[in-house]
Amino acid sequence: MKSRTFGIGFGIALLAGSALAAAMSSARLAQGAGDQPAATSITIDNFSFTPKEITIAKGTTVTWVNHDDVPHTVVSADKKFKSKALDTDDTFSFTFTDAGTYGYFCSVHPIMTGKVIVR
Amino acid sequence: MEDTIKENLNPDGIDRRGFLKCMAWAGTGTLCVMQGGVLKSFAFSGMNERDASSIAKGDFAFAQISDSHIGFNKAANPDVTATLREAIAKLNALPRTPEFVLHTGDLTQLSKADEFDTLDQSLRAVRTNRIFYVPGEHDVLNDNGAQYRERYGKDANGDGWHSFDYKGVHFVGLVNVMNLKAGGLGSLGQEQLKWFESDVKGLKHSTPVVVFAHIPLWAVYPEWGWGTDDSEQALSCLKRFGSVTVLNGHIHQVMQKVEGNVTFHTAMSTAFPQPAPGQGPSPGPMKVPDDKLRSVLGITNVDFVRGKHTLAVVDSSLQGA
Repeated sequence: MKSRTFGIGFGIALLAGSALAAAMSSARLAQGAGDQPAATSITIDNFSFTPKEITIAKGTTVTWVNHDDVPHTVVSADKKFKSKALDTDDTFSFTFTDAGTYGYFCSVHPIMTGKVIVR
Repeated sequence: MEDTIKENLNPDGIDRRGFLKCMAWAGTGTLCVMQGGVLKSFAFSGMNERDASSIAKGDFAFAQISDSHIGFNKAANPDVTATLREAIAKLNALPRTPEFVLHTGDLTQLSKADEFDTLDQSLRAVRTNRIFYVPGEHDVLNDNGAQYRERYGKDANGDGWHSFDYKGVHFVGLVNVMNLKAGGLGSLGQEQLKWFESDVKGLKHSTPVVVFAHIPLWAVYPEWGWGTDDSEQALSCLKRFGSVTVLNGHIHQVMQKVEGNVTFHTAMSTAFPQPAPGQGPSPGPMKVPDDKLRSVLGITNVDFVRGKHTLAVVDSSLQGA
């Protein structure tokens, strides 16, 4: 629970876009990736998550961006994260603070699935 | 219709060739006549006097509209409200006024209040007694369907499923767009299936049953999510009936299949077309040339004819329109 709370705080800091985020990252979440918080993105095109499976370091923020003409969602199988419906070009971000394998899907088109592996 | 049928295998007034001819008309908007469990399709534009007289003989007529996607504004159709209004104008101009209308979901694009408002305002122009709804997945975004139920499902059960009887025909509206499971298709869920089983239990075998839901209740193309995981369980409750019709939307094109006592039928969208199964990169909106758009949008009218018809032998392969 402690790490989860921290993850949310970290997310707010990131939103603020301040140097604080970088400072927090280097001080408490450093993963050997320099001073910048790690970030990566997953695109949604043609009813598919690309890449469908990614492996990231703890503390990495993943941003999904929807390029389709229809709304999609990003919902983890264990309900750890859940986006609103993302219209065209909308994004959703989540910072993964705990190691593990996170299966997720689009709850509107559940045939769309993906996986984030956090090491 | 009579002169289009060359090989009639049953005395039911329709055969495979006649059926395929109906399919060929589908792209321009269809008027369907139901006879003993088989839907016969007529094109609005190609309708002749004989068709009109066949339609006039029915006990009653109802129309199906689907997938209005109010709020969608991308290239496949920048003005979905205009095409909905055109569909309504066509519906109002039918040779027979549909006694009610079924909207099989995806009323809106993003479940927004103003999208629902625009839809409601547009549908006020429909000349009919009542409109019945089931939700599509676009109508239950973000709020688990609360707004949909508030607007259209106050008298319904659960997530919005309901049934009613009309002139001896039992209609059931099912919801298969909620609580979808990762990797799965549409889903009815155990609570609804239990309700459905008890809903049809007391009906006589001879009662015609019409089931309508958004996502097809038959496996049109599971690779694109065009099917419902637990539809078999629902269909098994309908095996004892002589005449069952299943009406769906979701796939934005006309497809028909007859399997045993069940006729399956999907409707066109009033908003934008989608590719035939597997014939595109995804099941998303398909951009067609502007002058072709209206030929791939439409409504379905169903004329119910009571009679002693055997079921037609119809090829069960999928037919795109």
